[in-house]
Amino acid sequence: MAKSQTELRPLGKSVGRKEDPRFIRGMGRYIDDIVLPGMLYMSLVRSPYAHARIKHVDPSAALEAPGVKLVITGEDLAAMDLAWMPTMAGDKQMVLATGKVLYQYQEVAAVIAESREQAEDAAQLVDVEYEPLPAVVDPIQSLDPDAPVLREDREKKSNHIFHWEAGDKEATEELFRNAPVVVKQNVRFPRVHPSPLEPCGCVADYQSSTGKLTWYVTSQAPHAHRTVLSMVSGLPEHQIRVISPDVGGGFGNKVPVYPGYVCAIVASLKLGRPVKWIESRTENISSTGFARDYHMTAEIAAEEDGRVLALRVKTIADHGAFDAAADPSKFPAGLFSIVTGSYDFKESFVEVDGAYTNKAPGGIAYRCSFRVTEAAYLIERVMDVLARRVGVDPAELRKRDFIRKEQFPYQSPTGWTYDSGDYEKTLDLALEKIGYEELRKEQAEKRARGELMGIGISTFTEVVGAGPSHTFDIMGIKMFDSAQIRLHPTGKVLARLGVRHQGQGHETTFAQIIAEELGLSTEDVLIEEGDTDTAPYGLGTYASRSTPTAGGAAALCGRRIRDKAKKIASHLLEAGEDDVVWDGVSFSAKGLPDKSVTMKDIAFAAYTNVPEGMEPGLEATYYYDPPNLTFPHGAYIAVVDIDKGTGAVKVRRFLAVDDCGNVINPMIVDGQVHGGLTEGFAIAFMQDIPFDEDGNCLAPNWMDYLVPTALDTPHWETDRTVTPSPHHPIGAKGVGESPNVGSPAAFVNAVVDALAPLGVEHIDMPIFPWKVWEVLREHGVNK
Amino acid sequence: MFPNSFEYMAPTTLAEAVELMQRHEYDAKVLSGGQSLLPMMKLRMAAPPILIDINSIDELRGWKEESGFLRIGALTRHSELENAVELRDRYPLLAETAVWIADPLVRNRGTIGGSLAHADPASDWGAAMLALHARVEGIGSGGERQIPMDDFFVDTFTTALEETEIATAVLVPKPAGRTAGRYLKIERKAGDFAIAGLAIHVVLASDGTVAEAGFGICACGPVPLRGKRAEEYLLGKKLTPETIDDVSRMVPEDADPEDDLRGSAAYKRDVLRVFAERGLSDIAKELQGEGVVG
Repeated sequence: MAKSQTELRPLGKSVGRKEDPRFIRGMGRYIDDIVLPGMLYMSLVRSPYAHARIKHVDPSAALEAPGVKLVITGEDLAAMDLAWMPTMAGDKQMVLATGKVLYQYQEVAAVIAESREQAEDAAQLVDVEYEPLPAVVDPIQSLDPDAPVLREDREKKSNHIFHWEAGDKEATEELFRNAPVVVKQNVRFPRVHPSPLEPCGCVADYQSSTGKLTWYVTSQAPHAHRTVLSMVSGLPEHQIRVISPDVGGGFGNKVPVYPGYVCAIVASLKLGRPVKWIESRTENISSTGFARDYHMTAEIAAEEDGRVLALRVKTIADHGAFDAAADPSKFPAGLFSIVTGSYDFKESFVEVDGAYTNKAPGGIAYRCSFRVTEAAYLIERVMDVLARRVGVDPAELRKRDFIRKEQFPYQSPTGWTYDSGDYEKTLDLALEKIGYEELRKEQAEKRARGELMGIGISTFTEVVGAGPSHTFDIMGIKMFDSAQIRLHPTGKVLARLGVRHQGQGHETTFAQIIAEELGLSTEDVLIEEGDTDTAPYGLGTYASRSTPTAGGAAALCGRRIRDKAKKIASHLLEAGEDDVVWDGVSFSAKGLPDKSVTMKDIAFAAYTNVPEGMEPGLEATYYYDPPNLTFPHGAYIAVVDIDKGTGAVKVRRFLAVDDCGNVINPMIVDGQVHGGLTEGFAIAFMQDIPFDEDGNCLAPNWMDYLVPTALDTPHWETDRTVTPSPHHPIGAKGVGESPNVGSPAAFVNAVVDALAPLGVEHIDMPIFPWKVWEVLREHGVNK
Repeated sequence: MFPNSFEYMAPTTLAEAVELMQRHEYDAKVLSGGQSLLPMMKLRMAAPPILIDINSIDELRGWKEESGFLRIGALTRHSELENAVELRDRYPLLAETAVWIADPLVRNRGTIGGSLAHADPASDWGAAMLALHARVEGIGSGGERQIPMDDFFVDTFTTALEETEIATAVLVPKPAGRTAGRYLKIERKAGDFAIAGLAIHVVLASDGTVAEAGFGICACGPVPLRGKRAEEYLLGKKLTPETIDDVSRMVPEDADPEDDLRGSAAYKRDVLRVFAERGLSDIAKELQGEGVVG
């Protein structure tokens, strides 16, 4: 049962979510709810081909259609030097195609009309003549020296985007040469899509009278978007106001800037009227930021008893037509080098090569701190391969190889400094809670009867909270974050942060942090995010960074307020400042506990009765540059049963024991874990965006890109251990992505465990029933 | 996600609807539950200039038992058949099938007549009505007629109904003995179209032999298909493990699946075999008691 919002000392309590009443009653205000006077609507013309030369684009019939005000083509944008825009990954991307198209559903023209229906009707009248070219859909073929070069705009005449590596190659090779055991496994992480319930969209409103552009957009990073927009368009940054209203899910999909946004802004600038653009579901899935699409090979060198020595990883990353990843600048493969995971590898060498293909651009982080899901899946999968090879139970193997709690802060062979962890404690709790030994007994009995039951473990380590300014920036902007707290005379608080929530519960959790620091209740604190004209600058909400960055800023900003409050308290209590003590809800003079003043008293005094010489008012801003990332971890266990007739997998149980440091709101953490597990389940069992050989996207809508419902989803069991982050102001670590990062391996390990008696070592996601059936029939199981 | 513009008409009598269909011929499309037509129009895969909404025609609603058959009005919603307790003894396959159709929202709007007239190869009702040896009743300029299920599905999205005809009812024969039905379906996720589905209808004679048998195959061909070999083989036999095993291997022979995102043709055939075996074993237990098959 959720706790009341009026409780004092709310940190760590399951306070009811402040945002729920409006969301549950359908009273949220999302991008499509915004209607401005004189607003026009935009629809995009998209390419039916994955690779084709554009012979000509003729907008004349569309321009004559009812209600049409403007048609924008790639050539129009080229004349404004806007046909291309930079991506956050340092590549560039076509806004509207000129010369040729590079993926199916690529943006070719924009039609602006009085109504949405008119815009859609007229979009069909834009006449585009294409000359189809052979499509390259496989990234491995794309890297072949003889493959046609897709990106004619680049100086480098190949489809190779980047090579990136981490770790010590020589030292790793040396350990491999002498290792008693070496295992190797190819693992594909399919192309998936965050697919938020609300697709992307915006309303661009340029006022020629003031020269100011107000841009309403479904953005996870409104401040970053303002800066990017200013850099691309040349509009002065103070004349751009970005407002991100309620966001109906983001999961990384709403971090990049998309071509439709630029077109809507150009249209508003040209027409002097507001222009709305709302994507369809198909447009969202087929053209906006996808995730993963990693083709990985991992090798582990180990001792006979399974103690690991070295890890070697080679990866081909399929980025589609443009590298539109939203990674920090120095990390073209994100934080993938966290791939040594929870294990004490002596050395590791990791390589990633990026490739262009005729597919939609991206490589964004889907509920994942920049490629950490790929890394965690790979290592957890391959640790099971090793366990099987050396004949050690996978739980036992993990315990042998864990980084021990006394090794923290732990220096990983690829350069990370893990802040804290107690992996054995977390796994032990999970094993006990799920009844691991009994399950193994049951499994042995079932195997004797020919039944297929599997148990899968994943003991992952996450890396979140990008990040410290010495290492992390996006387009040069350091990845700190901020909070600003203002106390009104009656003791009520308005707090604004540089992040932008999309379901994480910031209106509650950040209010809890600030209320805790100020001795108030959650109800006393109003959180506002998403308006760049009012909130302090920050890089946004993704990569589980809000609590590690803005959450730290909120706590430290609260403490900054409290420092001034103490001075006012000293004045009100007529006591020396050194004699004033804070007990969590009020100040009192030492030895005189009966006489106390609360933050409410102090707030009033700040506007009515400040000490001589003190600046009135009570507000503060804090920019928090975290000294390190945080490293949440967890132990997940899945139990599955396989139907030998149909190949269907039933997830009988799933237990997630998470350790995300100190918890702000247990109920919200549970909710985050449930949501992330559901997405991890979907990735493991049903999600993939396949393409045919011509580059046609075969799952561009929810009929074929599958999102599970409550009927599909297993019952989630959760528990927690707490290993606080030593450097975070409240010892928290971030949790939103752990369940998505950690769970796919648990599901797949369970399925492979069930099939292990047949000699199966690996099965690629998504595990559709037919895949299991094929394995069963190949091995002569025919029931 | 907006359809092309169209004209909307909502007749309140069948006669009026027939008249409109004759007047507009090819341009007109009947709007029943709209659960397939409207998404296709929004995706602009279908663009009928005129929609004739039949939802105000009361004579197309409800069901009643007439001599020898159950007459189900074309406007009957899937959820109504899912919840029709009074039909469960004599027509168990109706509720067994209805609960598998899409999701509760679709079942509340979608209609049995609309589903059949749409002729999707993955139509759950198509498979069930084949198994029940039902007939579709239609009305057009030439008056009323009845079309046996075997003649009804012509090709994917194409039925034997004329351009100007409206499906008015489905006629399900009354079973001549103790009856049981099963609908088995595998989906990629809840509410998805079938990877493969199998409707099974069995009526036993008083001597325990099979008096009526029906097998309807879903999503394994251009249209829903009949498991003809299995039906013929089973007539007059008892439901023993041996006959069930034989029949389960015959059902896939009448399927015509293709490889697609949902699985290979071989997979779908094998799932039909597994479904036939499971469904019939279950039916045998229900009609004959636990011991007979055991």
